[in-house]
Parts: sequence; structure tokens; C-alpha cells
Amino acid sequence: MKRSTRLRVPAIAVVTTAALAVAACSSSSSPSSSSSPGSSSSPSSSSSAALTASAPGITATTITIGSHQPLTGPAAPGYSEIAPASAAYFAYVNANGGVYGRKIVYKYLDDAYNPTTTATVVRQLVLQDNVYAIFDGLGTPTHLAVESFLNAQKIPDVFVASGCDCWNQPSTDPETFGWQLDYIREGKILGQYVAKHFAGKKIGYFYQDDEFGMDGVKGLDDEIPHSMVVSRQTYVPTNVNIAPAVAALRASGAQVVVSFSIPAFTALLKLNGLKLGYSPTLVVSNVGSDPITLGGLLEAFAKQGGATVNGNQLTAGIITDGYLPTLGDTTNSWIALFKKVHDQYDAKAPFDGNVLYGEAVAYTFVQAMLMAGRNPTRADLVSAINAGMPQGPAVAPYAFSSTNHSGVTGAYIGVINNGVLVQEGSVLTTDTSATGPVTTYSGSEQPAPASGIPSP
Amino acid sequence: MTTRSLPRILGAALAGAVLVAILSIKLNAFRDYQIAEIAVEVTAVAGLTVLTGLSGQISLGNGAFMAIGAYTTALLQFHLNWPLIAVLVVAAAVTAVAGAIVGVAAARLYGPYLAGATLLLGVALPYLAYVYPGIFGGDQGLNVTYTAPGFLGVNFPLTRWQAWVCSAVALVTLVLLANLGRSRVGRNWRAVRDDEVAASLAGVNVARARVLAFVVSATCAGLAGALLAFITELVAPGAFTITLSIALLTGAVIGGLGSLLGAIWGSLVIVLVPTYATDVATSHGLSSSVASNIPVAAYGVVLILVMLIFPQGIQGGVQWLLGLVGISSARTGHTAATPGARPASGEVPSAPASQHEALSGRGVVPPGTPRLTRGGDPPEPQKKEGTQ
Repeated sequence: MKRSTRLRVPAIAVVTTAALAVAACSSSSSPSSSSSPGSSSSPSSSSSAALTASAPGITATTITIGSHQPLTGPAAPGYSEIAPASAAYFAYVNANGGVYGRKIVYKYLDDAYNPTTTATVVRQLVLQDNVYAIFDGLGTPTHLAVESFLNAQKIPDVFVASGCDCWNQPSTDPETFGWQLDYIREGKILGQYVAKHFAGKKIGYFYQDDEFGMDGVKGLDDEIPHSMVVSRQTYVPTNVNIAPAVAALRASGAQVVVSFSIPAFTALLKLNGLKLGYSPTLVVSNVGSDPITLGGLLEAFAKQGGATVNGNQLTAGIITDGYLPTLGDTTNSWIALFKKVHDQYDAKAPFDGNVLYGEAVAYTFVQAMLMAGRNPTRADLVSAINAGMPQGPAVAPYAFSSTNHSGVTGAYIGVINNGVLVQEGSVLTTDTSATGPVTTYSGSEQPAPASGIPSP
Repeated sequence: MTTRSLPRILGAALAGAVLVAILSIKLNAFRDYQIAEIAVEVTAVAGLTVLTGLSGQISLGNGAFMAIGAYTTALLQFHLNWPLIAVLVVAAAVTAVAGAIVGVAAARLYGPYLAGATLLLGVALPYLAYVYPGIFGGDQGLNVTYTAPGFLGVNFPLTRWQAWVCSAVALVTLVLLANLGRSRVGRNWRAVRDDEVAASLAGVNVARARVLAFVVSATCAGLAGALLAFITELVAPGAFTITLSIALLTGAVIGGLGSLLGAIWGSLVIVLVPTYATDVATSHGLSSSVASNIPVAAYGVVLILVMLIFPQGIQGGVQWLLGLVGISSARTGHTAATPGARPASGEVPSAPASQHEALSGRGVVPPGTPRLTRGGDPPEPQKKEGTQ
């Protein structure tokens, strides 16, 4: 009898705690509008053949695509804005004639950045909702969980929201395509800058202990002499206690820390450094350096710890890179277009790097769909991208071909100043090989189409 | 003693198998996948509900045992390409050994200390995957690839095969656990749970009974882990966080601690509530930041409601409802074969007993079994009286 009550109390306590923990799960920071299509569209004027249900997920009036996104959980801050931003651009396209008259229906499900959940929700999208393609599935470990499933099912798996070089395997995974600048190229571009501008200084690495971090370090090591690197520290996204790693960086005397981290961990790196009185020059990968996301996280984390900080002050001087135009460049036609779409369809979200990303990748999808033809099969979309795509919102061209499935090939170096990324120098391109040089891009950026919608 | 209840257990299992077979053919491929998911959950939760409800021990580390089973599966499949059935057996055996090791330590701990120790296991063990990425594939994990066997035809949906395999394993596990619960082993567990001193005076080896319960529970978790690897085709540490261990315990408590039928209810809630909540939320055009949080909120609400309305879990609630409408087989011993319609025995309280006794045992002991024939077990009334 005694034993039984003794057991019951902890059991109930544990379950209650669990309920609270689950209920308190982190949520996305900003609300955003849904992707309901706008006013009805008129079919494209250049119609020749009737619109048919040419593939699963395609009807005469709609194209249904799906995605897995971290809408809750550790990766949600910042990244949860991406899918609503894509949906906003699709809503804009839907309201302006659609893709050959078809409206895009974008169904994105929360996987909380947990690979097992990704496996479930992607099966739901493919097996139950019959989506035409998986678009912009977010995350390296999460998307790896479904890459072989999607290829086995012959589902186009386009523009994965991750810079892992692993999406570029056309022979084994012909359906999968990257989009953003991959982390090896990014590492090389950042590495060249560091080697050139911080010669003689002690360099430390701080990176996520997975493909993301390791690809980035691979690129960095191609450009930064090993003798300069005094410390290599890693973190795993499930453990927020990075104090030991930061202490080790400080002890090594690293004057410059290159960080391949997601936004939350860039913020933690900065705050843990401050606690120790350690403020090295930070060089941060693109995915972990969006100034608005980072500033917000810094303020939120500091507040949890009972301190008040100015996010913009703390992000000032962070060196990073960008493969999309800078948000502050209001004269840029792409920024003007995406700002307009954002203001109309996704105004509740801040216009930051995540929103820009979501709209730009959605633009690329519409471009690919238009290239795939009026009544495309699933294979037509893959063939269209394999045939190469014209340069879009990114500052450098895509690498897409039948033998190369990586996306954007270059970026510029930028410095964060007062919460805004400022471009420094010209656009640099490179390849993923260890010996391929980092060169200045000679081509020019393409302006956005006046209609805001790509032409077929 | 088992003459009447064993056929009933087997009959229920057979009915369950038929139900799964019909559902898996009628429903679409994704629902098949969900059936497989539920079966995985049932396997793990059943082991935990036996451990906690019958032997009186708690474990917050069964997610770690699932990880052991899953990684065993992945390594055997990847390196040796073993057939599934052999992999399942070995995965269960490996986890049983791990369970024995943990069980020896756990047998010396009680209440919150045991919870703390197993919590440590649940948190720490999956980290080995990060520490040894060469073996365990680090954060991205290991891929597992099993296809449906050729004799089913090339167009046989893989998810239906997965539903069949997982449900078969789950049903076999339930049958074995139900039998074990009514055997000498199960009686020893209950004796130890209720009063250790009395149990040892009666000749029960207390330590052995407690360790054995841990081994059984870990083996179930290991099997579930192996099945999880089989259906998700991936083993990654992100799947085996402490949230998983807590979800298992939640499933056991929601369903009704100590009840195998409750394990099924709990698993249904854990797997289906988030999916339905998402569907409802998205179909009502809520903004994504609201919609994405509905599933976790719904999960919490269900948990609170069950604890408030049916402190004995869903199975306790089902029995109470059946008692209300007067369906009771206590006197006649007749029961329906399907789980949902299965009434419970002992509906008429014959003696006050602790709430814990009311919580436990039910369902493991097939309802309808005349209570007096079970050696030494106290009558288990439906409604608790006394302690609140």
C-alpha cells in the first residue's frame, strides 16, 4: 500500500511535467498569413493545349506540393518564417494568373526538426495527400531521413532548404536538387576572406557536429592554413550548454572565430563569450547570421538570463556572406519585388533573411514549373531543372545540370552593421573541389521581371 | 488456471490481427504507415505499463532501450544484411541484456531515485551516436532498407507490409505479456509491488522479480525500436530524445497504468491526436504559427482531461462507462472478443482497495477471469474508495 502511493506520486508528477514541457514547446516567434490563394485567376493567354491532370498532385486547376518545416522546436526561431514566405509568393503568383492558369497549393507540415517526424509527415504528403513534388524540405538531418524514400517513390525533391553537398548526387538520387549555396563553397569563400584579412591571427572554429558543420569546415580548411587554426569546437543542436566549447575557444586564444551554426547557437556563442569577457571577431555562415533573427534571439536569450542587451549592437561587426541581394539594398529589383509581395501577403512577419529566402526559392520553383511545360509529369520537372536554369534572384548562377544538382555557386562577403548586412567587395564563385579557386564573378545579376513572375 | 483465459487472449489477438488486416487493405498507404506506428508504440508502451503497473517500478529511460534496438537493427542490416526476423530476435536479445544490466542497478532504487537514474539513461545513451559518429553515423544516423518480400508481388505497398509486420510483433508481444502477467512471474511482481517484506517472507525472490520486470520491459522497448527503424528507414539520435521516453510513459498513463488494453488506447492517442489536430488546424485556415502549435496543445489538453476525468486512464474510463450501462461479465464470465467491447470483471466493488490496485493489473488479467481463482490476488474493484 505504501509502495503504491510512493510510486503514484512521482508517476503523476512526471506526466504532469511532461504535459507542461510539451505545452511549453517553443513556438515560432511571429504569426503570419496563410497561403490562401487570392482572387481567381484567368488562364494563361498563350494556351494551346487543354490543362489536364498530367501527374499526381496536378489537376486542371491546381498544383499541390508539400514540404516539411520546423514550425516548432529548436530550429523554429527564424526558419519557421520560410514556408509562410514561400506561400506568400505562391499566393502572389496564384493571384496573377498562376502557373499556366493553375494555382499552387502549398501544404507544409511541422516536423519539429526531428527526423522521425519528418519520415512520418513526408509519407503523409506523398502517400495520402499525393503531392506532385516535395519542395524546400528544411534541414540536413531531417531531409536525409526521407531522401531515399522520395527517390524510391520517384517524387521530385526540389530545392532542399539545406546547403549540404549531399543533395548533389545525381547518379544515386536523381530526384533531389539543392538550391542555396552549399556549405563547402561557402566555407571556401569565407575561408579565403579569413586567410587574406586575418593573416597571422589565431583562428578558432565553432560548428554544428553534422554534415552542415563538417561540410563548412571542409571548405574552410581548403583555404585557411592548418597552422592558423588553434581550436575546433563543435555543438549538437539538442544541447544548449555550449559554455565548455566557448571556454575552450577562449583558452586557445583564438582572435577570430568562424562559426557554422544555426541562429540560436550563433546567439549562444556570442552571449557565452560575453559572459567570459571574450569577444573575438565572428565570421558566421549565412544560415546562422540573419541580422534580424540573430538580434531578436540575442535580446530574447539575454532577457531569459535577466539581462537587457541591444541586439543590433551585439551583431555589429559580424562577418558573413550572402548569395541573395542584401535586404537593405532597396534599389535592387528583387528586393523591391519580394518586399511588395511580403507587404501584401505576409506582412505580419518581419522582412528578414528568412522571408527573402522563402520567397526567392518559391520564385525558383515557379520558374522550374514553367519550364516543365503546360502539362508536366513528375519527370518533366526533373528534366527541366537538369537542362539548366537561368540565373534568378541569387547573385551567382546555378550549377544545375544532369550531372550536377547543387544550386547557387557563389556569394559576396558582407558585414553586419546596425542590424543590416552591408556587402563588401564583389561576388565570388567557386566549386566544391579542394583545389578549385575562388574567383570574382564576371557576369552580372539579372533584374527581376517587371511582372514579378518568371517567364517560361 | 489458464484453461479459460488463454483461449480468450488468443481469440482477442486473432480478432486484432483480422482487424488490422482488413484496415490495412481498406485504408490508404499513409494510414497503413500510421497503423505500423501505432503498433510500434503499443509494443513499447505495453512493456512499460507492465513494468510500472505490475512490478511497481518506473522507467524514464525506455526511449534509450528503443535506441538500442533500433541501432542494433541498423548495424545488422547495414553490415551483415540480415533478414528482418533474425534482426528482430537479435535486437530483442541485445536490449534484454541491456535491460538486465540496468535492472540490476534499478532493483536497488525506488520512486524518484529510480526515475532519476532511468532519466539519466534516457538522456545520455542516445548521445553515444554523436560521440562515435564513425559507428553510429552521428546526427544524420544510419539508413535501414527493407523491402516487402517478393512473394507478395512487386506492387505490394511497402507500408502495408510494415503495418503487418509491426502489428504481428505487437500482438505477439501483447499475448506473451498477458500470459506472463497471469503466470507465477506476474503474481510475484504484484506481490513485490504491494509489499516487499510480505513477498519475500512468502518465498518470492524480490530482487530477481524486479530485475526480470526490467528485462521484459526493455525487451519490448528494444523490439519497438527495431520496428521503428524498420518503418522509418532511418535510425538517428534525434528520434530518441527524452521526449520519446516521456511520451511512452504518457501513453501508459493515459491508457491506464498496468493495462495492456490501456497500452493500445494510449498508443492511439499518442499517434493519432497530433495528426488529427494538424489536419483540423490546417483545414480551418489558421495561421501557420497557430496551426503548428495546435497538435502539442491538443496533446496537453487530452492529457489533462484524461487525468481529471479518468484518473485510471482511458481503459479505466471505458470500464466505468461499461459498468454504468450495466455491461459486466463479472458474474457470467462471458466476454466479447473485440478489445473495444470487452467488459471488465470485478465491476462490483467487493472490498475497498487502494487506488493503485485499481489502476494496475486490469487488462493484464483478462477480464472475466473469476478473481477468486487467482492465487492470493486481492479483489480489484472498479471504483477506488478511500485514498484520493
